[in-house]
Amino acid sequence: MSLLTEKLEEILEMLWIAKKERNKDNLNFNVLGVEKGAEEIKELLEKKLINVNDDNVNLTEDGMTKGENVVRRHRLAEKLLVDVIDVSGSAIHDTACKLEHYLKEGIEDKVCTLLGHPKTCPHGNPIPPGPCCKLEMKVGDKYVVPLSQLKFGQKGKIVYIQGIADKNLQSLASLGILPGATIKVKQTFPSYLFAIGNSEFAVDKTVAEAVYVRIEKD
Amino acid sequence: MKDKIKVLLVGNPNVGKSALFNALTGKYVTVSNYPGTTVEITEGSIVYKNKEINIIDTPGMYSMLPISEEERVARNLIFNGGADFIINVIDAKNIARMLPLTIQLIETGLNIIVVLNMMDEAERKGLNINVNILSEILGVPVIPAVSIKKIGIKQILETILNYKTGNKFSSPYDTEILDSINKISAMLKNNYPISKSTISLLLIQSDNDVYKKVLEQEGQDVIEEIEQIRRNLSSIFKTSIDYILAQKRQLICEEIAQKVTQEKKITEENRIVRFISGITIHPVFGYPILLLVLYYGLYKFVGEFGAGTLVDYIETEIFENILLPYVVNFIEKSISSDLIKELLIRDYGVITLGIKYAIAIIFPIVTTFFLFFSILEDSGYLPRLALLMDRFFKKIGLTGKAVIPLVLGLGCDTMATMVTRTLNTKKERIIATILLSLAIPCSAQLGVMLAVLSHSKALLFSWIFILIAIFILVGYLSGKIIKGEKNIFFVEIPPVRIPKLSNIFMKTYTRLIWYFKEVMPLFIYASLFIWLGRITKIFDLLIEVIAYPLKFIGLPHASAKIFLFGFFRRDYGAAGLYDLHKEGLFNNNELLIMAVMLTLFLPCIAQFIMTIKERGLKTGLKIAGFVLTFSIFIGYLLHIFLEVFNIRL
Repeated sequence: MSLLTEKLEEILEMLWIAKKERNKDNLNFNVLGVEKGAEEIKELLEKKLINVNDDNVNLTEDGMTKGENVVRRHRLAEKLLVDVIDVSGSAIHDTACKLEHYLKEGIEDKVCTLLGHPKTCPHGNPIPPGPCCKLEMKVGDKYVVPLSQLKFGQKGKIVYIQGIADKNLQSLASLGILPGATIKVKQTFPSYLFAIGNSEFAVDKTVAEAVYVRIEKD
Repeated sequence: MKDKIKVLLVGNPNVGKSALFNALTGKYVTVSNYPGTTVEITEGSIVYKNKEINIIDTPGMYSMLPISEEERVARNLIFNGGADFIINVIDAKNIARMLPLTIQLIETGLNIIVVLNMMDEAERKGLNINVNILSEILGVPVIPAVSIKKIGIKQILETILNYKTGNKFSSPYDTEILDSINKISAMLKNNYPISKSTISLLLIQSDNDVYKKVLEQEGQDVIEEIEQIRRNLSSIFKTSIDYILAQKRQLICEEIAQKVTQEKKITEENRIVRFISGITIHPVFGYPILLLVLYYGLYKFVGEFGAGTLVDYIETEIFENILLPYVVNFIEKSISSDLIKELLIRDYGVITLGIKYAIAIIFPIVTTFFLFFSILEDSGYLPRLALLMDRFFKKIGLTGKAVIPLVLGLGCDTMATMVTRTLNTKKERIIATILLSLAIPCSAQLGVMLAVLSHSKALLFSWIFILIAIFILVGYLSGKIIKGEKNIFFVEIPPVRIPKLSNIFMKTYTRLIWYFKEVMPLFIYASLFIWLGRITKIFDLLIEVIAYPLKFIGLPHASAKIFLFGFFRRDYGAAGLYDLHKEGLFNNNELLIMAVMLTLFLPCIAQFIMTIKERGLKTGLKIAGFVLTFSIFIGYLLHIFLEVFNIRL
């Protein structure tokens, strides 16, 4: 499979989002922000990734597959930036736009696994699942997930805690809820109940979603 | 050695500090299962081998960097208290979690004694702790103890008299941090009550109090240099330095814990306790159990037994039949002034109303309630209740933690308003205070209301339904309207413990003493005010003024008096309602409106004062203004509703 330039990937990304998430099969060149006679369009046509009718562009089947992959990489990049690298604000999108192009096949699945096969990006948009996610459903690999996704009886080590104000983070730390601690889930409703050592703690959903755990098997 | 030795008890919440305090001094204070309720500092002393040892119990603290007000208090005691020894009490079941504070205490350079408390519980969990190795690693004495059984007490006292240390533990923090600590320590030229390395550590964690102190002592130039070091250091790390330190300490302490503990096979842990532990927080069975606890604890025990049987007995058998006739007779004979008789023994007299209500009605109700609450507390049920209720409480802008003050409010709203300070955010504290002022009737009020309303089931249930609806509605709206940080909920769930009877009684006793010191005088004052108001005829005037708007709510003239007295204490008003109701002055509709309004009405003066003390004058007045208008509005609404639908209860 030949590599596409950043510009080409962005066009595919826009077309895919328009089709899958906004129900627009075609996009006008004006909306796309590309000239009809531009090099990029020619190249995409050559690769049989798009069709052009008058002033509208739509994706071919191959184009859909490629587009989905670009979107997946972009959203995984965002997730990586927010969850692990702790970037916030407008920097998320801009950096993700650059980063997505470096997450080529294979690497993106590793990132996906590291992040625990997330279903949505930090903005709440769905992340298209990759082969690693489908495999995961069968195997149940070692990965990092928020505490809220653990089931009764599952054990894991806290890897990081994110999205909690410093003051509360300090209180949690003083209870021994901090990276490195091994936890075991005892209940998930009406609050999350888990044990660290010989102590038990109850936390709400906000905390349970902020505490990321690497699942361990017995 | 000095003749008088000063000792501080320091440790995380819930490790049995207060129990150790009692075992050491023989004097009891409230021992609590809920983190944060030992707010006050308790002192006591003991004479051992001709030495007077003065012991101070400090509020629970987790780390030297304080988060809450209580922790700040505890830390100030360590810094400035001039203690000769610090006893660091830790829970033997959880040493990995407790040791971070211990190593911070050792860093201060003060004389530390570690007490491994609750050794019996640790043993039952199958933990075998090698005390000697732990002591060797830490370089300070470590003493195993079971303070509720007074095991280890003598050894603690002996250690104080013959204090010896080894090679004190020093934490292997990251080199960058250690470098900064050394640099800063060298810059501190003055004398401090604690080690310079602790001060340096707190400075790099941007501790405000210490910053100010050092600024004062060392001057602007030095503090600026220190700030530079701190900034350089924090640019190296991704997260804040206090978090880096906390993580590092946890790692260190887990290693230590591993070295000194051996896990045996668990020796037959009490199956019943484990069963209760699980079922009280069960997602399905937890709720019916909660209802059972409330039904038997609140309704049957406090309501029927306390407010019914006991009140009846004390009021009629003791007061009406024996005491009052005797006292009234005596005063009638020995005092001629009608005015004084009016003050003491007439309808609203200090003795006939004030003392009688306080002792015959309030005392049994409050006592049974505090007994019930102490059992909930000592059994470890309260945090479980918080776990069960958190989801619901989030909808009304609170978290599960608010369950403690709100349930306590059913006993005494004033005490509960004080306890709201244990809530995490300002928003929660304000909402809880509003709900306590408005919709949570205290036990005294509940008792009288139940007596007034219980002749009609429809009446009783309408009243309960309206109150619950208002509680939810006002909670929901305040949650939406009042601005504030997002609440998060996390709480430690202690193991279920079978409460010790002696602890329960002592706790109830200390709470009762508090209650009577705070509240009893108010009964007397209220009687005095009413007497003054009546003889000066001011009350007659006020009654006319109040009666006018009440007409619009469809309430008879006689109700004005009740509202006026209700200003002094809600249950006073309710008690007046009770008397007038017995004379058959109201129909059921009027009774319901009055009962609802009186319940919502401005709380008793003590609670009003407490609200201002805890929330500040401005917020306090705002809450009072809201409660007053809202209760009148609801009364009016209820009146219209009953009229329009032509409902006769």
